[in-house]
Amino acid sequence: MTTPSPARRPRVALFVTCLVDLMRPTIGFAAVKLLEDAGCEVVVPPSQTCCGQPAFNSGDRKDAVALAKRVIAEFEGFDFLVAPSGSCAGMIATHYPELFADDDPWKARALALAAKSRELISFLVDDLGVTSTGARFDGTVTYHDSCSGLRELGIQAQPRKLLAAVEGLTLTEMKDPDVCCGFGGTFAVKYPDLSGAIVTKKCVAIEESGATTILAGDLGCLMNMAGRMTRTGSKVEARHVAEVLANMADGPAIGAAKTGE
Amino acid sequence: MKVTSPAFKENATAAIHDTQLQKALGNVETGFVAKRKKGAASLPEFEALRDSARDLKIHVLKHLDLYLEAYERKVIASGGHVHWAETAEDARRIVTDICRRLGAKTVTKGKSMITEEIALNDHLEAQGIRPVETDLGEYIIQLRGEHPSHIIAPAVHLTKEQVAGDFRRVHEHLAVDRDLSEPVTLLSEARAVLREQFLAADVGITGANFLVAETGTSIIVTNEGNGDLTQTLPKAHVVLASIEKIVPTLEDVDTLMRVLARSATGQEMSVYTTFSTGPRRADDPDGPGEYHVVLLDNGRSAMLGTEFEDMLRCIRCGACMNHCPVYQQIGGHAYGWVYPGPMGAVLTPTLVGIEQTGHLPNASTFCGRCESVCPMRIPLPRMMRAWRAREWEKALNPGTQRFGLGLWAFLARRPGLYRLAARIGRWGLATLSGGRGRVARLPLGDGWTKHRDMPAPEGGTFMDRWKAGERP
Ligand code: SF4
Repeated sequence: MTTPSPARRPRVALFVTCLVDLMRPTIGFAAVKLLEDAGCEVVVPPSQTCCGQPAFNSGDRKDAVALAKRVIAEFEGFDFLVAPSGSCAGMIATHYPELFADDDPWKARALALAAKSRELISFLVDDLGVTSTGARFDGTVTYHDSCSGLRELGIQAQPRKLLAAVEGLTLTEMKDPDVCCGFGGTFAVKYPDLSGAIVTKKCVAIEESGATTILAGDLGCLMNMAGRMTRTGSKVEARHVAEVLANMADGPAIGAAKTGE
Repeated sequence: MKVTSPAFKENATAAIHDTQLQKALGNVETGFVAKRKKGAASLPEFEALRDSARDLKIHVLKHLDLYLEAYERKVIASGGHVHWAETAEDARRIVTDICRRLGAKTVTKGKSMITEEIALNDHLEAQGIRPVETDLGEYIIQLRGEHPSHIIAPAVHLTKEQVAGDFRRVHEHLAVDRDLSEPVTLLSEARAVLREQFLAADVGITGANFLVAETGTSIIVTNEGNGDLTQTLPKAHVVLASIEKIVPTLEDVDTLMRVLARSATGQEMSVYTTFSTGPRRADDPDGPGEYHVVLLDNGRSAMLGTEFEDMLRCIRCGACMNHCPVYQQIGGHAYGWVYPGPMGAVLTPTLVGIEQTGHLPNASTFCGRCESVCPMRIPLPRMMRAWRAREWEKALNPGTQRFGLGLWAFLARRPGLYRLAARIGRWGLATLSGGRGRVARLPLGDGWTKHRDMPAPEGGTFMDRWKAGERP
């Protein structure tokens, strides 16, 4: 009689995202750690660049399609695609299939990849059943729900659940955590005054929450909020939620000077 | 109405710095967002009702011609007249012809965005006919020579102090020291002033929230009851409605009304729901002598079968703009035409042309809050994106933007070059930050750094560090 072998470890391809690659590799490493700790085999496909969201949202369908095809081809062989971003995961999981006509053979491939594409934190909680990451963080944090993750992928309870299990951490909700921070990708650059007004309102809500750290699951939103807070001299620090959950929140916060410099 | 959408950016900036406006806009959140939330939460089947409402309108749009014809037969059978207006101009002509034939000098009007869309008031005035708005909000903005800034709350951009000032200025016959500090005193003053106008009016013009094919009935919902007097007292009642307002049965109206008021103001139902079927009958105690319906197309039938068809499900509840972070910052006038907010960002380009209105579908973060509250589940962000795609195809967006995106897409398709560019970009940003963790002014990115810093990159790119063997 053979004993049943434990289920094969899921092979997860990490979609690093272009912003994390360029601006904050720690988030990528934190994602790897969280996934490995949860029992995944993590692969970083080497020729990945960007999911194509800037092109898609600017109406440039041709480039969006070209980039989508690259991602599909590079990631379709894995059990899951996981990204530390609700907006990139949302692009792949909800919008890639929209890019191809029904009779296009890429449609089925886009749908297949979409079905196994996940945002990091919701993947940990919903797919892997993680209830605690064993992290410690001393401080009061508030959590911003980034729009795509919230409304395209239903990410709201999952990060709060894992944060509640972090030793030493207190979560205090800001007013309207589910309202946009004003980032919106190219919107932030095309409409600076509007974007500035929206992020100003968001940062007031953050300050008023009394938290000393703002966490979110999307680096774009975090750069927007952090950029506004450093501009106004706020003491609140901005970090990706994965940094805290992976116990990798000891480096400088987003937009903060390196210690010793 | 003049289209000022090309100046959207400047309009928006001015709105952000307008302290009166900002004060008034505070009411949007307290007055609408909070109330909708409560209204929706108090009805367990609200989400299921939204599905039914959506499916109902999808069905209607598939068979629009059949329902419109059925509706027309019923209106005629009840003694009314139906006029088909393909364009705004047709609709204006039809209405003025009716007014002229009846020798009308004054017409009262219930709240109607369609009459704004066809700029009816200006046209009537040019013909020597005086239009009198009877909805409080519309009355106020008519006094001020303005246009609505919201589809259900036309004067939401004003504070009550501003309105009190206008009333003192215009209602000269009233005591100077009267108390106008509360909205209710403003309402009763407007009521008293308008009472005389209702009696003087020759024609009453209203919009319609629904047109019922089964019975030939037009329905309006209001909170002030002004619509009832507008349509029952004069010689003729003219209903101006766009073709997508059609609903098969009264039963269906019930479904839509339950989501409409809750989404709009959080009310279970508006205070007045008025059904009009034909003119006054022999044994009716009152009612208009003539009943006309002007059915306006104005580009709507051309939306059928396109990626914009879903927009025709809109029941004009205003929830999308109430919940829009952009609308909340700037109000409705900045959008530069009749329909503001997310629904306007989709609809205005179809009615006015994308050439003039390109800013509207672009000035969105795609946060998706509009779609999440739209009772008809209209995919507003998807359609704004569709407008951006049309713009891109026609090369209507700025050259710098096209160039920047084109360059980025070129690199993103070539991983080797892309890594090199990422290294250079990272190094450049790091250098600019000078170790301070942030960049206060980007040489080519003043859009970003106008109101916020650019955080400096942390060090190395992930892909380089991973390749070099670094592990957590
Ligand atoms: S688009 Fe939806 S939310 Fe906006 S006004 Fe129309 S029905 Fe209401």
